[in-house]
Amino acid sequence: MIPGHFEYHRPTDVASALGILATHGDEARALAGGHSLIPMMKLRMAAVGHLVDLQAIPELRGIEVGPGRIRIGAMVTQADIIAHAGLTAAAPILAETALMIADPQVRNMGTIGGNVANGDPGNDMPALMQCLDASFELRGPEGARTVKARAFYESAYVTARSDDELLTAVSFAPTGGGYAYEKQKRKVGDYATAAAAVILTRAGATCASASIAMTNLADTPVWAEAAGAALVGTPVDAAAIKAAVAAMRAAISPTGDNRGPVAFKHHVAGAVLGHAIARAWSRA
Amino acid sequence: MNDQSPTRDERIEKLKGLGASRRRVEDVRFTQGKGNYVDDIKMPGMLFGDFVRSPYAHARVVSVNKAAALALPGVVAVLTAEDLAPLGLHWMPTLAGDKQMVLADGKVLFQGQEVAFVVAKDRYTAADAVELIEVEYEDLPVVTDPFKALEPDAPVLREDLAGKTEGAHGHRRHHNHIFTWEMGDEAGTETALSEAEVVAEETVYYHRTHPCPLETCGCVASMDKVNGKLTVWGTFQAPHAVRTVASLISGIAEHNIRIISPDIGGGFGNKVGVYPGYICSIVASIVTGVPVKWVEDRMENLMSTAFARDYWMKGRISATKDGRITALDCHVTADHGAFDACADPTKFPAGFFNICTGSYDIPVAHLTVDGVYTNKAPGGVAYRCSFRVTEAAYFIERMIEVLAIKLGMDAADLRAKNFIRKDQFPYHSALGWEYDSGDYHTAWAKALEAVGYKSLRAEQAARVEAFKRGETRKLIGIGLCHFTEIVGAGPVKNCDILGLGMFDSCEIRIHPTGSAIARLGTISQGQGHATTFAQILASEIGLPADDITIEEGDTDTAPYGLGTYGSRSTPVAGAATAMAGRKIRAKAQMIAAYLLEVHDDDVEWDVDRFTVKGAPERFKTMKEIAFAAYHNAIPGLEPGLEAVSYYDPPNMTYPFGAYICVMEIDVDTGVWEIRQFYALDDCGTRINPMIIEGQVHGGVTEGLAIAMGQELAYDEIGNVKTGTLMDFFIPTAWETPHYITDFTETPSPHHPIGAKGVGESPNVGSVPAFSNAVQDAFRAFGHVHAHMPHDHWRIWTIAEGLGLHA
Ligand SMILES: Cc1cc2nc3c(=O)[nH]c(=O)nc-3n(C[C@H](O)[C@H](O)[C@H](O)COP(=O)(O)OP(=O)(O)OC[C@H]3O[C@@H](n4cnc5c(N)ncnc54)[C@H](O)[C@@H]3O)c2cc1C
Repeated sequence: MIPGHFEYHRPTDVASALGILATHGDEARALAGGHSLIPMMKLRMAAVGHLVDLQAIPELRGIEVGPGRIRIGAMVTQADIIAHAGLTAAAPILAETALMIADPQVRNMGTIGGNVANGDPGNDMPALMQCLDASFELRGPEGARTVKARAFYESAYVTARSDDELLTAVSFAPTGGGYAYEKQKRKVGDYATAAAAVILTRAGATCASASIAMTNLADTPVWAEAAGAALVGTPVDAAAIKAAVAAMRAAISPTGDNRGPVAFKHHVAGAVLGHAIARAWSRA
Repeated sequence: MNDQSPTRDERIEKLKGLGASRRRVEDVRFTQGKGNYVDDIKMPGMLFGDFVRSPYAHARVVSVNKAAALALPGVVAVLTAEDLAPLGLHWMPTLAGDKQMVLADGKVLFQGQEVAFVVAKDRYTAADAVELIEVEYEDLPVVTDPFKALEPDAPVLREDLAGKTEGAHGHRRHHNHIFTWEMGDEAGTETALSEAEVVAEETVYYHRTHPCPLETCGCVASMDKVNGKLTVWGTFQAPHAVRTVASLISGIAEHNIRIISPDIGGGFGNKVGVYPGYICSIVASIVTGVPVKWVEDRMENLMSTAFARDYWMKGRISATKDGRITALDCHVTADHGAFDACADPTKFPAGFFNICTGSYDIPVAHLTVDGVYTNKAPGGVAYRCSFRVTEAAYFIERMIEVLAIKLGMDAADLRAKNFIRKDQFPYHSALGWEYDSGDYHTAWAKALEAVGYKSLRAEQAARVEAFKRGETRKLIGIGLCHFTEIVGAGPVKNCDILGLGMFDSCEIRIHPTGSAIARLGTISQGQGHATTFAQILASEIGLPADDITIEEGDTDTAPYGLGTYGSRSTPVAGAATAMAGRKIRAKAQMIAAYLLEVHDDDVEWDVDRFTVKGAPERFKTMKEIAFAAYHNAIPGLEPGLEAVSYYDPPNMTYPFGAYICVMEIDVDTGVWEIRQFYALDDCGTRINPMIIEGQVHGGVTEGLAIAMGQELAYDEIGNVKTGTLMDFFIPTAWETPHYITDFTETPSPHHPIGAKGVGESPNVGSVPAFSNAVQDAFRAFGHVHAHMPHDHWRIWTIAEGLGLHA
């Protein structure tokens, strides 16, 4: 558990950080909370010649809750998200999800930027961002651009971000209606066996809109469009939930691992989604 | 005239002796981060060692190229088997009479095996150098399944044993076979089984797991070339045995070796054995002339140091129709990994597994154990249990449940019907033990009453009905366990390790001002010896526990002993402490009589003093006596007040307990929740109730881990699948439920203070309770047995198999 040699950089603005990344090419990596990257370095699964620590860059911090848009800086920690009352009022599913990530020690360090940029299918924030239809702001040598969370993930650890870009913020619209993030894990500090993010709205007795995304059930987060659609217009009864679960199952492709074989994961994904929909509906 | 003001009760209280919930004296330093562990030791010029380890489970080592590593600035040496061979140290003896490679000698036999040892000026350089060493391997076929290992055409693992049909424990019938151990009456058991009204059969697997102490293994070896003395600080549960072994294999005279176990961050059996890291550090220090530190990381600890369990136990148990057990047969296939490095007393290659008749009066029984080599790490240590007792307790407590199912009986009733009765003690078991004392019926009744057993069963039945009606997806499991342990190894006549008798020792010095130091041959790894041994002594010699220093772990100062594991410290060293205390008291009596100017027989002991018989106002306190021992010239008595006792226990002790777990299980997700956990322990005389409670909490939490998810899993090609704490389950405070602890107190008749040992009972007793709860939840649907660990997917698999997801 001893990392290899690396140089440490601590820029104070985004432009200098981008400069260091440009100079060292794929030798350099951004360091946010370090709670995904440093373990990989200690296991010598990641060899990083130049670590570019983003901790001293004020412009990457801050949570802005506007009437139509919420913007969270990349270096905002999971603990910051949990503690922000305005954010919780405007989009309570953020704190609910953040509370299911690891433990307080990890949440004090781990950032939203690192969590979504990492590209690990086990991370919880990516599916949530897809559920919210969030946008990721990227800045690179060519300037800034925006990529939809639903278009960001290509395969495990491979995303639309290029090596010389930084993810600077995530943004999304405030949510109304019901929500739930439901996660099954083996213990505190574990990644999901299966997790479901559900946001829905209600019009009278039926569901008006629904968005569903799943964590750790494929090599990317899975936005299950058809599963959400299966709820719309229904009273979200057992039959509708069953249809949503069936649609979700068609979209995931879990692999067997220490958390269990594929058949189990399909089953648990269904159970977890069922609980999440029921809880979201009860809050709608 | 002496001051008589404190009452007798006040004087007893002041001692903080037996029975007092005295606060742990160790915790002041531990809670302030001021413990002194091996990795805290820093010495001038100290070098650091690190291993190149095999990525393969079975391969030939074609070549090892050190050139690039040696060229790295800061690298001092790289050792391979070739370098150790001239010293005869490329292999080392194991505690089980086998031998183990220190560094790969031509081949590797498990993933993580030590191949080369790098010595460098710091840890970072050492780790960089490890990456620069090029090892060329040639794959060999891998066997991780002990049954496949015994097939006629299985690959030969131990080429060094080619043609050897006799091993340390008798005949070897196959190239991957280590030993067969047999106990009991085969013919009688077969007859009873064939004539029985009911026979239940089951194969019970206790999976491979690992003690995983918080602190991993490590050492600092320092050879002083000026005085020829080797000092080794290390994570050793048996420092004296390590000294003797080190002397025997290195040729360094034993008086020139000093072994020191500093603070140890948990052992649980993992730190009993001798590891290649120790040998390599010692050799490296001898070669370089400077101290060498080696501390393994978590993955190395899990992959290469001693595992626990891995027993396949095939059982048959018979009974009359109304539930009287008539016979028990067990055959074990024991996966020992690549080298037989079990830590058992020499004559017991399967430890005390023959305690597997448990708490029951079983007239006839038979046991065979086959030890087998596979391509897995060596070990087979007693993970917070006496040798193989956890396996035995799990086996019998599962067999009782399986029999109850077959009989259609309540499992609590079946147990009560077959318990050894109080009047049967000392009880001779069918597999050869003499149980010292017990009162199982009383403990059992108390436990059932405490949890409200009858109403729990009613609630469970109602839940099953509700489940069948589709009103709930959760079931209730009630896990019962009544365990009997055998601890305190052990009588020298049948217990030794590498020929060293398993006695233990205590040496006491009383200082002139009436305080004392006692040194023991054991070593605490968190058990709180400095607290409890002082309490034993306080009650024996009448000096306050707070005025007694307990010291362990330095072979230059402590008397010889076999160390701490197998719950032996209190039964053996605790007894030595009491006996040495009694020697002190005997001399003190003579001093008191002299001072009081009466005959020796005319004084009597009273808490902290000797009084003149019939005249209690005339007395001498131990404090006064201590001073006199160093001050007065007493005719016929040597000055000073010291004693040593080496205690050879006449028998083992047999702690027991009744544990009950109530669990809620979600049939769809396999998620479980412990609703209630009740632990009644009978460890004989209770020295410190607070420490007992702490030990029970810790041990039950380990049991929870083992039963509900913790495993050392391998894939078919021998890769360790659970090599980090992400996958190797260690419960956090979050997963740890509330425990209710309780007790009965049945003293050991042969122990000087009646104590039996408690450190390991909670691990032994809780694993069956948790597992039985899971299995019991599904009993109503026809479930009989499923293997641990009961993690979510395996529980789900039980439900799936019963058609509960349809
Ligand atoms: C014990 C443990 C349990 C955990 N459990 C969970 C869990 O259950 N769920 C979960 O979601 N996470 C979990 N995590 C991960 C944790 O949330 C991480 O902190 C998070 O995934 C990464 O955030 P970070 O700020 O630590 O990023 P880092 O580790 O610093 O970086 C991660 C990766 O993202 C890149 N990166 C970081 N920031 C940026 C940026 N602004 N722009 C471009 N690239 C960037 C880095 O270069 C690196 O490749 C766990 C971690 C631990 C140690």
